[in-house]
Amino acid sequence: MSPIISISGLSKTYATGLSALKRVDLEIRHGEIFALLGPNGAGKTTLINIVCGIVTPSSGSVTVGGHDIVKDYRAARELIGLVPQELAITPFESVWQTVSFSRGLFGRPANPAYVEKVLKDVALWDRRKSKIVTLSGGMKRRVMIAKALVHEPQVLFLDEPTAGVDVELRQEMWQVVRTLRASGVTIILTTHYIEEAELMADRVGVINKGEIILVEEKAALMQKLGKKQLTLQLLDTLQEVPARLAPYGLNLAHGGRELVYTYDTKAERTGITGLLDDLSAAGIAFKDLQTTQSSLEDIFVDLVRER
Amino acid sequence: MNLRAIWAIYAFEMARTGRTLVQSIVAPVITTALYFVVFGAAMGTRISQIEGVQYGAFIVPGLIMLTLLTQSVTNAAFGIYFPKFIGTIYELLSAPISAFEIVIGYVGAAATKSVILGLVILATAFFFVPLRIDHPLWMVAFLVLTAVTFSLLGFIIGVWADGFEQLQFVPMLVITPLTFLGGTFYSIDVLPPAWQTVTLFNPVVYLVSGFRWSFFEIADVHIGVSLGMTALFLVACLAAIWWIFKTGYRLKT
Ligand SMILES: Nc1ncnc2c1ncn2[C@@H]1O[C@H](COP(=O)(O)OP(=O)(O)OP(=O)(O)O)[C@@H](O)[C@H]1O
Ligand SMILES: [Mg+2]
Repeated sequence: MSPIISISGLSKTYATGLSALKRVDLEIRHGEIFALLGPNGAGKTTLINIVCGIVTPSSGSVTVGGHDIVKDYRAARELIGLVPQELAITPFESVWQTVSFSRGLFGRPANPAYVEKVLKDVALWDRRKSKIVTLSGGMKRRVMIAKALVHEPQVLFLDEPTAGVDVELRQEMWQVVRTLRASGVTIILTTHYIEEAELMADRVGVINKGEIILVEEKAALMQKLGKKQLTLQLLDTLQEVPARLAPYGLNLAHGGRELVYTYDTKAERTGITGLLDDLSAAGIAFKDLQTTQSSLEDIFVDLVRER
Repeated sequence: MNLRAIWAIYAFEMARTGRTLVQSIVAPVITTALYFVVFGAAMGTRISQIEGVQYGAFIVPGLIMLTLLTQSVTNAAFGIYFPKFIGTIYELLSAPISAFEIVIGYVGAAATKSVILGLVILATAFFFVPLRIDHPLWMVAFLVLTAVTFSLLGFIIGVWADGFEQLQFVPMLVITPLTFLGGTFYSIDVLPPAWQTVTLFNPVVYLVSGFRWSFFEIADVHIGVSLGMTALFLVACLAAIWWIFKTGYRLKT
């Protein structure tokens, strides 16, 4: 299937002269959850805002569902729902009014039953008559989500959806996202919380200083870069790794009080049994051991630091 | 044409007006009533008639224009400035609507409100002075044309402004003086010839003159000239708006 969003050679230089995106190429697949990770100022919001029509690109092209976002902007934008990073809703309207307004703005006929469904999905049905000013920050964010969903988009952009949202609500939101994906909606989200990408995404893209430095299936990424480490806390301090243990490529840590063995989780044989046998043969005793797996966060930090 | 979007914007803006109906109607009505008391009653005893029309009645078209111009500009300017200020402009920019449709929604709502106000003031005037309207259709046409034109101007100001002071600036420092100097309270015939010529550079003269003609068939300039100048100003505002959206000026980065 052809990609739902296809971005090619996209660049943006702001009036300040700052180059926020540098020839970005990216394809988003139908129905996936794509997480865009990157440090502050990497260009995530700029990328999203260009696709949604809020920022004009300096060069390059974007199509959404096969429609060019400039030439065929109506068809392209009808497919898109956007929850922007910053909270922005008119304060004096009711929840119901502001959500219905969004539906009209996108050219959809009035449909109270659908508005009701969306408000229930984001747990705001009870507050439908409340004015926006009377809502809490988390509720306002959910209103923004309802506004983005109410015109039944095919693609949903969530620009840091969980900033300022409590844990319980975050769970609820992920439930909404999962339900949406199950109904075939493609979701692109940006986040600083790597656990979120790890939890939710099918694919992960890492952007830094306006360049996409990696796009990978999350599972493949975790496997490829996901090494495990076995740390052995020794009873006695070691000066150096004994020669007979050299093949394992061990490292001494903590002034010789720890031995660290790095192995590949994907490999047929991890070599752990052999290592433990050889350790006791060499007379090295340990009091404890633990294994750690590098998280997406470690991978991410490594990637960004390399640049 | 995304008619539903236009309607959504229009209805949203009219709902906003509805919530502040009392302030938006009572204030101009009281102000206008004060003008009648001061200019109509107090000065009217000194200036009895202008070209056969009682002074109190003579100023009615000018007073309506005064409110119409300032209200059109402020309403439309605020209407588009507010989303820019609180950030909800993102939704307008990301919706499947053309610039033209955004303008129809906002300018239509601002102009509707001004026309309603104009009519309310007209009704108020009937309580104070004996009035006649010779050409009601022309009167309504001028009312609507002026409201639309100055709402377009207000829209431009709202897009340009990046602070609340600037929103106030044009209505206070440009529209109000031009209206006062544009023959609202007098016929420009009473001015010395040199000043009459200067006054002809004031666009408001043409509006007031044309509007007054529709009431009493008296005018400072020919009705055709009035209509032509108003239309010219309308086209100038439309051109400015076309340019704003083409370049994304102050709306998109
Ligand atoms: N309107 C603007 N004018 C000038 N520079 C801008 C503008 N908007 C963003 N930038 C700059 O562009 C760069 C990318 O910003 P962007 O908002 O896309 O980053 P981001 O990845 O979304 O960051 P964050 O995680 O903090 O939201 C930053 O250096 C930012 O300062
Ligand atoms: Mg951002």
